[in-house]
Amino acid sequence: MSTAAFIIITILTLAAALAAASLPKLIHAALSFAVALVGVAAFFFLLGAEFVGLVQVFVYVGAVAVLIVFTILLTRRDAATPDKFNWAGVVAAIAVFGGLVWAILKTPLTVAALQIEALTVKRIGEVLMTNYVWPLQCVGLVLTAALIGALILVMEEKNSKS
Amino acid sequence: MNNDFLDQIFVGAKQWLLSLRPLARAPDLVIQIASSLINIFALLGVFLTLFALISVLERKILGRMQNRYGPNRVGPFGLFQPVADGIKMLIKEDIVPARADKIVHFLAPILIAATAILALGVIPYGRNMTPFAIDGGILFFFAVGSTTELAVFMAGWGSNNKFSMLGAMRAIAQMISYELPLIITTLPVVMVVGSLSPDAIVAGQNGYTFGAVPHWFVATPWGAAAFILFFVSGLVESNRTPFDVPEGESEIVAGHMTEYSGFKYATFFMAEYFGMFAISGLAVTLFLGGWHAPIGGLQFIPSYIWFFAKLSALLFVYIWVRGTLPRTRVDQIMNFAWKFMLPMAFTCVVAAAVWHYQGRGLAGWLWSLAIIIVVYIVLSRMLDTRKKFATRIYRFAE
Repeated sequence: MSTAAFIIITILTLAAALAAASLPKLIHAALSFAVALVGVAAFFFLLGAEFVGLVQVFVYVGAVAVLIVFTILLTRRDAATPDKFNWAGVVAAIAVFGGLVWAILKTPLTVAALQIEALTVKRIGEVLMTNYVWPLQCVGLVLTAALIGALILVMEEKNSKS
Repeated sequence: MNNDFLDQIFVGAKQWLLSLRPLARAPDLVIQIASSLINIFALLGVFLTLFALISVLERKILGRMQNRYGPNRVGPFGLFQPVADGIKMLIKEDIVPARADKIVHFLAPILIAATAILALGVIPYGRNMTPFAIDGGILFFFAVGSTTELAVFMAGWGSNNKFSMLGAMRAIAQMISYELPLIITTLPVVMVVGSLSPDAIVAGQNGYTFGAVPHWFVATPWGAAAFILFFVSGLVESNRTPFDVPEGESEIVAGHMTEYSGFKYATFFMAEYFGMFAISGLAVTLFLGGWHAPIGGLQFIPSYIWFFAKLSALLFVYIWVRGTLPRTRVDQIMNFAWKFMLPMAFTCVVAAAVWHYQGRGLAGWLWSLAIIIVVYIVLSRMLDTRKKFATRIYRFAE
């Protein structure tokens, strides 16, 4: 069951990722990207990491994908420019792929399944509020700073115009 | 015993279906799939019926509020109106604009309906009657709900029409803005119960004071404030009047649904109502005690009847508001979200915390009431534009 599901989800995710990289229209690419993100969330569900899967959908599909789509919409019209073959992109892609392969090959993978308790939402909440409360607060601070920064950027633009 | 039988009749029916001869000896996988399918079909059946009923009842109630009859030609009291509407929608021509993005245009109604139906899955409709019971049910609800924005965008962009795009932009802007108060008002409930599971939240509202006053969260000051905020945000999220600017027909035809006709339009219509059911269902679960009876002595009535009674009451308020209030402006909606709804939602979180740490008794009740009232008064003083309203002077007309 889970093998079949794994294969189906893998095919869908990879196809969506490929489409995101290769479709000529940017909006189509962005929407395929959203499908790929849902596929990743499905993997998390398959692994029993319910919370991570839900947050994946929530943050990446609900917020990031909408943001990407909006940015595309606000920045450019679909001018059908013929794509020049970009060698720098190829080099960068190969470098990233090589780095990842190197990192994966270097990491010793334990084959035996570790005995871990089921990761429930409750458990995550408890750990976040006890052992990891300082990192959590720091992340909150960083996010608040980012929020205020974004607001100030928008406000300055308004002042300079008037 | 007899009450239990009635209460669990649907659960029992499902068990009986699963124990039938061809299924009983099937492998676990088949039984699991059959069990899910039964849930899905029951859910769709119930809510499609409710959708048909509400679509005619809404027109009847609006008619009554506006001193006219409403639909009364098809069948007794016009009750067969949805059937006639459905047939009309099915046999209409499906028009796709020549310059539309065909695939995106086609996928948008499917995605929007799928998300609305998925969101309905996690709500407990009665004792042991949650179709899709997961630990993070509330999170699932909002995760699925946030996907709706993408579907609305697809509808607007795929139509390749200015009205559609404008409508989609408006819809996304207000949905993102009101998602914040919507989620933050669920936060106090989640905090007090200590769980993201809808079943646990319903269980947390069990019990009665003096056998009469139910322990629903709406009976506490923070709960009442959060419920009102949640309900208003729900109005916006489901694009209902007075917040239906995305499809403001006097300005932009029908917003993101302009270029949809026939069954695709019907799908949008259905998704809007399903979204309304889902938000109301969640409001019932979070604040109105889910399927618990309002008075201790009335527990003999089956739980699902209580749930649907509360749901119907909320839906009536939706229709009532639609019959009463005019449409707001876009800037008014946005200002209201960020300047009033969001601070009030945070106040509810603080008030709930105070209520909890005062031992959930009368003292905490009064303290949280005081906090909410003070913040409300200060906020409304600060937001007061001090505009003087005088009788209008007509310069060029008598």
